[in-house]
Formats: sequence, C-alpha cells, structure tokens
Amino acid sequence: MNWVNVVVQGILLGGLYALFAAGLSLTFGVMRLVNLAHGDLSILAAFFCFSVAEVFDLNPLVALVLVLPAAFLFGYLLQRIIVEHVPRMDVLPPIVVTFGLGIIIQNLLLRHYSADNRRLQVGSLATDRIRVSDELTIGMMPLITFLAAVAVLGALHLLLQRTQLGRSFRAASDDPDAARLMGVDHKRIFALALAVSMVTVALAGVLLGIRTSFTPSAGPARLIFAFEAVIIGGLGSLWGTLVGGIILGVAQAVGSELNPGWGVLTGHLVFLAVLVVRPTGLFGKVRVA
Amino acid sequence: MSLLVVRGLDSRYGDFQALFGIDLTVDEGETLAVIGANGAGKSTLLNTIAGLVSVAGGEVAFDGQVVNRASVHRRVDLGIALVPEGRRIFPSLGVEENLRLGGYRKRRGPWTVEAVYDVFPLLRPLARRSAARLSGGEQQTLAIGRALMANPRLLLLDEVSLGLAPIVVQQLYRALEAITGNGTTLMLVEQDISQALRVADRFACLVEGRVSLTGRPADVSRADVTDAYFGMART
Repeated sequence: MNWVNVVVQGILLGGLYALFAAGLSLTFGVMRLVNLAHGDLSILAAFFCFSVAEVFDLNPLVALVLVLPAAFLFGYLLQRIIVEHVPRMDVLPPIVVTFGLGIIIQNLLLRHYSADNRRLQVGSLATDRIRVSDELTIGMMPLITFLAAVAVLGALHLLLQRTQLGRSFRAASDDPDAARLMGVDHKRIFALALAVSMVTVALAGVLLGIRTSFTPSAGPARLIFAFEAVIIGGLGSLWGTLVGGIILGVAQAVGSELNPGWGVLTGHLVFLAVLVVRPTGLFGKVRVA
Repeated sequence: MSLLVVRGLDSRYGDFQALFGIDLTVDEGETLAVIGANGAGKSTLLNTIAGLVSVAGGEVAFDGQVVNRASVHRRVDLGIALVPEGRRIFPSLGVEENLRLGGYRKRRGPWTVEAVYDVFPLLRPLARRSAARLSGGEQQTLAIGRALMANPRLLLLDEVSLGLAPIVVQQLYRALEAITGNGTTLMLVEQDISQALRVADRFACLVEGRVSLTGRPADVSRADVTDAYFGMART
C-alpha cells in the first residue's frame, strides 16, 4: 500500500467533487435554491457533449466551446421559464420541482441514449500520466480536472468579490427586496446565477464523462457528493467547498484502499462525522438572521 | 409642478387593505412628511410608490408619467429611491460596496461615493468595514448614502430616526437639509412628529389608511395635528 499515492489521487478526485459543488453552492447562496436536479443536469451536459463531439467529430474538450455557452443559455432559460414561477414562500416547492425536473431529464436521456454506458473519448490524454516517483504517478486528466476546479472556484471568487454583478449576487442573497430597491432586477440576477452555475455543472459533467463512464441514471450520486462537499466545507464559503471536496475525495480514496467496497461508505461516514462535530461545516459563515 | 401625484390610491396585502383612496402630491424640491400612528399605512404608502407593493386601485404618477405597473428598477431609473424601514443594509457587503450597489443603475447625477463621504464624513474611515459591524446610526447613515447613490429626484425615507440616539437623529436631519438644498425632493415617514414637522414644508397625516389632514406645519395648531393623528373629528 502506498498512502502518498492514495492521498494524492484522493485530492485530485476531490477537485472534481468541488467543481460539482461550486454550482450548487452558488445557486443556494444567491437564491436559496436547493437544486435537486444538479447531478442530472451535469449528466445531461455530458450527454450533450457526447453528441456534439460525435456530430462535429470533435474532441470533447474542444466541444466545450459549444457546450459551455449552451449550458449558460440553458441555465438562464431554465430559471426564467420554470424555476422563477415556482412559489417561494417555502423551501419545499423548489425542491419538489427540481426533483421532478431531475426525473424528467433522466427519462428523456434514457429514451434518447438508452441505458448503455457512455464515455467521452479524449484519446491518449485519458491515459497520459506524469511519473513523479516509483510509487507516485499522476494522471493527466485528474490533474487537469483538479486545476480546472481551482480555476473555476478562483474565477467565481473574483466574480463575487470584485464585480458589480458579484455584489448584486451577494446583495440579492442578503436581502432580495432591498436589492430590488437598488434597482437590481432580481429575476435577471437569479437567471444569471443559475446560468453561471450551469456552466460549472456542465464542465464538471464533461470532466466526469472523460474520467469515468456514465449512464442516464448517474446524476443523483453526483448530487450527493456535491452536497457533502458543500456541507463539509461550510455554506457560503467557496474555498471551503474546495476543501470539502478534497476531504471527501481523500476519504473515499483511503476507504477504497482499505477495502474496494468501502470508498463511498467512508466518504459518507466522514461527512456525517463533520456534521456531528461542526454542523456549520469547517469554514461556514454562521448567519444570524 | 408636482413631481409625485398620488390619486385615489388603494393598496392591499392579500385580503387586507392597507390604503384607501389616498390623494396627495409632492412638489419638486419640497419636503413632505407623512405622519401617523403605527399601522396607519405610512410604510405601505412609501413601498407602493417605490414599487415593492403593487397598486390595487387609483394611480401613482411620477413626473407626469403613471408608474402603476413599472417595476422597482424602472422606478429607480426614473429617479425614485427608498430608504426602507429597518435600514436593510447588506451585511455581507462592505460599506463602500453597499454604496456602489446603490449606484447599480448608473443613473446620472451629482452623487458619487466621494460626494456621499463628503456629506457623511463618518462613513469614510469605515469604507472597507463589513456593513454588519456598524452601529445603528452608522447603518442608517449608510442606508441614506446608498439611496443617494441612485441619484434620485424623489427620496423616500421610512422611519430614519427609529431606534437612534437623539444626537444621531439631529446629525442625520442636518445632512438631509443639505441634501434637499440641492433640489432633491423628500418624502419622509416619521413617528417623531415634532422632528418631522420641523423639517417638512408640508405634511400629511394618515389614519387607518386614509389621509386625515394635510397642510403646512405653520398653518396648523398642535391640537389640530394631535386630533388628526388620533383620527378624531374636529368639533
């Protein structure tokens, strides 16, 4: 057993989880939307990328040039056409609606693509690896995925902290009505938040599809890992989300090393342990209403 | 001419009607104080003018244009800004960020972050502080500064003195006089009647969603105002 290798692979896997979690964290943070279709939307993006790559005969990573803007548009329209009209007096209706949306997506994918395993083919990049030492080799794709996660979280951080759009996101999150009084068009802002979230989700879905095979029913498991990463890291903290993803990834890698069947279980146990010890997460900003 | 004309305005929250046929006008450059007991509908009136509460009957016209169906941000573009009750500053933003958000619509006018700091010097050293860590008076000052950043023609102020020390209230009102001095029209809701009547050119008294008395502070006696406030008919 080589623990250094296990931990490094876990960290790299954690990057992917953080990428999944980033969009979830953003939509919850800005509009208090618990999006249960999050995982299914990422799988939808993976299938869309699969088709784009096939039709135009492109490398899936190149196809991102089409997939990501499409995801942005899709997120915007999803908010304006469906989510916006869901009653918001309670947390439950949006949860039910996005749960239903997830089921619809799964079944449409099943109808169109069948239940077969698919994988996004990136040629030799999928197997390229960097040999660090005899015990440690780092796969090219896991490394790219991790760096993409850091870049996306960094970009989101800058967006939220440094731009007027980011300020309006945070203001709408603090107090939607007061933000409206500043002239913030909250419907547009919420749609933009879901659009940005959808871009990160699509990127995560495509990177997942390159890393491992996927089926129309692969979404919900992604949703759970994303939730766990957000909650371990603490709500409202983007870098916390990255740390949460890494902790989850390392826990799963260590669990798998102990026994191949324990990976997912170990991740869940670590999540529960964090929830018991620190219910607000490791870096959660405790909000006083 | 009248900048704001409210005609026969009804407002309701679901089944509960809060305003009944309100008629009033605010002239360009003037300060109108709206007084009345708790629950008289003062905040509802301001919220309806700002667009947070929709018009159930009658009309609200701003600068000659009926704005009944205009969104809040459209009204901000026209020049209506509201300092809401309870300040409602954004706690996760810094002081300067709050001000910058006030200028979100980029409406042209004299107000910039620097101009706000000039009128409210106490905010300048707090620029980078989180707005959540301000005192009540500082928060209220920030809320007013934030609304000014929208470069409003009509500034609506809801209970700015609530919960503040008298000295702080005095400072705020002195600053407001400076603001009206450059032509901004003011409509303020105030529980502190003597404070309100001191700064107002005219006043309107609300009782249970209806206007019970309007006039100039100099033209009415204290007793008239008291009677109007409690909704008692003059004999």
